[in-house]
Formats: sequence, structure tokens, C-alpha cells
Amino acid sequence: MRLEPIANPTVLRRYGPPVTAIAATFLVAAILALIAGGDPFAVFGQIVKGAVGSKFALLETLNRATPLIFTGLAVAVAFRAKLWNIGAEAQLYAGAVMTAVLGTGMLGWPPALLLPTLAIAAMLAGALVLLIPAVLKVRLGVDEVVTTLLFNFIFLLFVSYLLEGPLKDPMGMGWPKSPRLIPEARLPRIVEGLRLHWGFALALIAAVAVWIVNTRTTLGYEMRAVGQNAEAARFAGIPVTRVILKTALLSGGLAALAGFSEVAGLTGALTLDLSPGYGYTGIVVAMLALLHPLGVVAAALFVAAIFVGADSMSRAVGVPTYLADIMLASALLFMVLAILLTKFRVRRD
Amino acid sequence: MDILDILLSASFWAAAIRIASPLIFATIGELICERAGVLNLGIEGIMVAGAFAGWIAVWAGLPLWGGVAVAMLTGMALGFVHAVLSVPFGLSQHVVGVGLTLLATALTFYTYRVVLPEVSSPPKIEAFQALPIPLLSDIPILGPALFAQTPLTYAAFILVALVAWVLYRTPLGLAVRAAGESPAAVAAQGLSVTVIRMGAVMVGSGFMAVGGAFLTLSAFDSFFFEMVNGRGWICIALVVFGAWKPGKALLGAVLFAAFDAFQIRLQQTGVGQVLPYQVFLMMPYILSILALVIMSRRAEVPAALMVPFNKGER
Repeated sequence: MRLEPIANPTVLRRYGPPVTAIAATFLVAAILALIAGGDPFAVFGQIVKGAVGSKFALLETLNRATPLIFTGLAVAVAFRAKLWNIGAEAQLYAGAVMTAVLGTGMLGWPPALLLPTLAIAAMLAGALVLLIPAVLKVRLGVDEVVTTLLFNFIFLLFVSYLLEGPLKDPMGMGWPKSPRLIPEARLPRIVEGLRLHWGFALALIAAVAVWIVNTRTTLGYEMRAVGQNAEAARFAGIPVTRVILKTALLSGGLAALAGFSEVAGLTGALTLDLSPGYGYTGIVVAMLALLHPLGVVAAALFVAAIFVGADSMSRAVGVPTYLADIMLASALLFMVLAILLTKFRVRRD
Repeated sequence: MDILDILLSASFWAAAIRIASPLIFATIGELICERAGVLNLGIEGIMVAGAFAGWIAVWAGLPLWGGVAVAMLTGMALGFVHAVLSVPFGLSQHVVGVGLTLLATALTFYTYRVVLPEVSSPPKIEAFQALPIPLLSDIPILGPALFAQTPLTYAAFILVALVAWVLYRTPLGLAVRAAGESPAAVAAQGLSVTVIRMGAVMVGSGFMAVGGAFLTLSAFDSFFFEMVNGRGWICIALVVFGAWKPGKALLGAVLFAAFDAFQIRLQQTGVGQVLPYQVFLMMPYILSILALVIMSRRAEVPAALMVPFNKGER
């Protein structure tokens, strides 16, 4: 077989494959639910109910989407420039560590001053964590996929060390967690009484900001040019190395905001189980969003809904929650194939 | 215990070879994929799936070698998914690989929960026992290290020799290497680049899964969720360290494992009292990054690695 580009794709050709990809994902999930002895309709019904069925469920979904928007943006920004940042997990924890170090009493400032400081410090920490693999890539040609992946393991061990050593909560009764943030360092709730913090609003602002950078700035143009063809970009006079490093700083900073928002908005302390793989899920979010920053918001909400819904589905129907992870991974693979099929026709030789 | 005592003890080298075995299988598997031109980042998930599949098959009543075969077939099935998406469709090998790792891991954990819904700790199996080779295993230090291992470890070493022979001494090996260096030349010979690459990815993925199964069938006797713990990513670094050559990759895996065995023993000494244990646990990952950095200058990357091939395109 070979692939033939389609000059004038029809409406069916443009939207058919992605819709089929989503349908295929649900079909796979339905078959797996049947194997586990669950009625697929009950399973999907419970997922929807658990995700958006009540005010509490909806707020839980929005809360869960918040870190995913940040990590999704981080991945989208990097992948668009073909910087394969698989290390959003480490960068998230870098931001969380910074928030815990500065927010537990080291800086006794009022919230209006402290919160922006924490956010910026977190971004710097995350940016630095990604800068190392990025420098290794541009200077020595070391593949960043492997280094960013390995950094995830290194950084999680570093956090484990901090929580048993310098950042250990003296009142933690042996539980590996940091002391609680001072009240001034906590992100307030958007509406008093509703369990949704300003981290969500910050995530939306970040998405719009990235969209503006992508579409309205030179850097956004350069990042896309480098991603599409680095050689051509270099030939056109774009400083490719500098653009990749800037992309790394931006991407690492965005992922770190997830850590800041989780610690300052939700948990109030640094723990070792702060992220159940938000960094990796960010890859799925970014791909489902076709790397578009505003699409990231929608994709993060979708992914968060499936996760939150699967939790309550599992309690009600007894099908394992890992069904959610399977759905997201297969959605990712089906979707990349579907996107290809919107642009190419498969021909037999 | 002194550092010299550690390095001269037979148990240290025996542990090094044992730790190296799963890495050897998976590194050779990744090497086959990459020599044919496909970076397989599904390795981590394929190892998880292989570890589980081999173990659950033995738990269900199959003999140990049956478990190895089931793991191999599981790996090949997952490799097929990677191969279809990355070879004929030419999709980004980064995205496909990471996606496959997520999918294989999720499928494994899901199956575990479906098969064993109510267990708090996973059941144990009768794992491979050490099979000392007469006479050879009596050699001081070298004997217990190399010739008193489990059959699966011997298989790992035999596999390296076999793969090296196929790659460098047979027409099939030449075709695989050419697919990774100059696919157009392969096509000009009337061979199908697609078939060669897909086959290499499937066979390589099978060996990765056997590497995972080594953990549950030989190194330990049970399956845990965090069992593979980044070994797959380390193997990708080992392929680079081994300059895409089976012999060098084997050497890298043993060196790496020796270092890992060394840090475990070092934790028991005075050094272990001073440094936090996390520093020791970080060592394998830091070492992998260092290996990548050191080898980056003289790496002989297959020229067509990560380059999709479309017949008729120049």
C-alpha cells in the first residue's frame, strides 16, 4: 500500500476519520467492559453520571482538568516545535517543590505579592528542569525523549528524598509529606462555597496566552517553522537552537504551573502522590487537541471527565478504573491514524 | 564491607549477570527494531505486558517455557500494533511508541484486576531455578557468576550471539540492516521495506516482552505494578551506548547491571550511612543519561532511523 495526498478533502474526508476514531475507542472500551462482566451501556452511563451528573461531580471534573490543561499545553507547545518533551511529570514536580519550599513560611508576604511570586518561581524551576535535556539535544544531539523520560524517575526520587529530609513535615507522623502552605500561599476559591480554585482560571488564561503566542508573535511563528522543517527554518535565518531552547523554557514552565496549582490550590502540601501521571496524560490531551492550545482545554475536560467518571463507574459497576487509561491510550492511537487519513488516501500498489 | 571486597565477591558478579539478563533481552529487541529503522518507544509498556503475560500463563498452569512463549507472543502482538501504525502509515514513532506504552500498561493493569479482582497480594509461582553447569560453575568467581544462573539467563546470552550472527552473516540480517540504512536500496532489490521493518518490530517487541517476563519468571516469582520501573527507557539508552551492535550492547548491559549491583551493596557500607538511599536509586537513570551524553559524539545511528519509507518517493 501507499499513501496519496488528497488535494481537496471533502467534508466527510475531513471529519469522518476523527469521528470514527472516537467511535472505535468506545467500541474497544465496550468490548473490554463486556469481558470484565459489565454491561457497556451501564458502564458508559455511570461514567457520564460520575463525571457531570451532579454539581459535585462537575466541580471534581473541572478540578481534575486543571493540571491536565497545564501539562497538555506544555506538551502541545513542545511537540509543535518537534521538541519531544515526555518529562512534564518531572517539571510538574519541580513546580510543586518550588511552591512548597517558598510557600510554607519562607516568604511571609501578602497573597497579592506571594502568589505571583510562587507561580513565577515554579515556572522557573520547571523551565530549568527541561532546559537540561534541551541543551543536551541542541549541543550534543542527545535524544530528548529518553533523557526527559529518565528525568521523571530521577526527579521523583529527589522529591522522595526531600519529603523524608529537608522538606519533611515534623507533624506528618512519618507520612511522606511537606508542611502545609501558609494561608497567604493558598489559591482562593473562585466562588466561595464551591470547591473550585483559581488554578482553573489560571489554566484558561494560560491556554489563551499560548494561543496568542502561537498566532500573534514571532516566537510562535518560529516555533512552528522549526517544527515543520528545522533545516528550512535554519536556511530562512531562524535561530533554530535559540527557538528550541525558548520552547523548552515555555513548555517546562507551563508543566510546572500544574504543580503550583495542585499544591497551592488543591492539596496545600507537597506529597509523593501529587500527580497520578498528569505529565504522561498531558501527551494524550495535547494529541487529542491536535496541539491547538484552545483545543487542549476541551481535550483536558474530556479526559478529566473520563477519569472522574471511571472512578465512580468502578465503584458502581465493578469494572476496573484502568478502563479509563485504556480508552485514552486507544483514543490517542486511533486519533493520530485518523488525522493522517484526513490528509492521505490509502492506495494499493 | 570494603569496596574491594564487594568487587571480588562471587555473589556480586552473579547478581550483576542476573540484573543484566532482562536488560539484555529488551536491549537486543530494541536494537533489532532500530537497526531496521524504527525507534520503538513501546518498549516500557511491552515489558510490563510481557512480565504479566508470562506470569499469568504459568499461574494458569502452563510450564515455565510456555510462559516465556506466551510473553513472546504478547510482545509480538503489541509490536504488530506499533508496526502497522509506524511503518505502512509512517506515523510519528515518538507518538506511536509513547501511546503504545500507555496502552500496553493500561491493558495489563486492567487484565490483572479482571483476572484477580479480590487479591491484596499477587499469587506466587514456581520460578526458574538456578541450573549450575557442571565443572564450569566450579571456577572461582567466574563460575558462580556465569554458569550457575537460571536457564533464561543462558538464553539471553545465546540470543545475543544468535542475533549478531543473523544480522551480520545472513541475507536476512543484511536486509534488516539495509532497511535501517538505505531503504531505497532494499526496495531496488525487489524486497519490501514494509515487510522487513514490520517483521523486525514484531520480533524485537517479542524479545522485549521476554525481558519483562524474566522479571516475573526468573528474577522474582510474582507480578507487581511498578515492576519494570523504567527499565525499558534504560534499554533505549543501552542501545545507543552499544552503538547499535549486539556485542557492545551486551557489554553495556552487563556493565550497567554491575554498577546497579554495586550501588545496592554500597548502601550497606559506610557510604550508605552518609548518602540518602534515593541517591543510590537515582544512579541507574543518571548513568543512562551520562552514557547517552558520552556516546553521542561517536554514535553510529542507522541512517534511516525514524525516517518513514514510501516507495516511489525520492
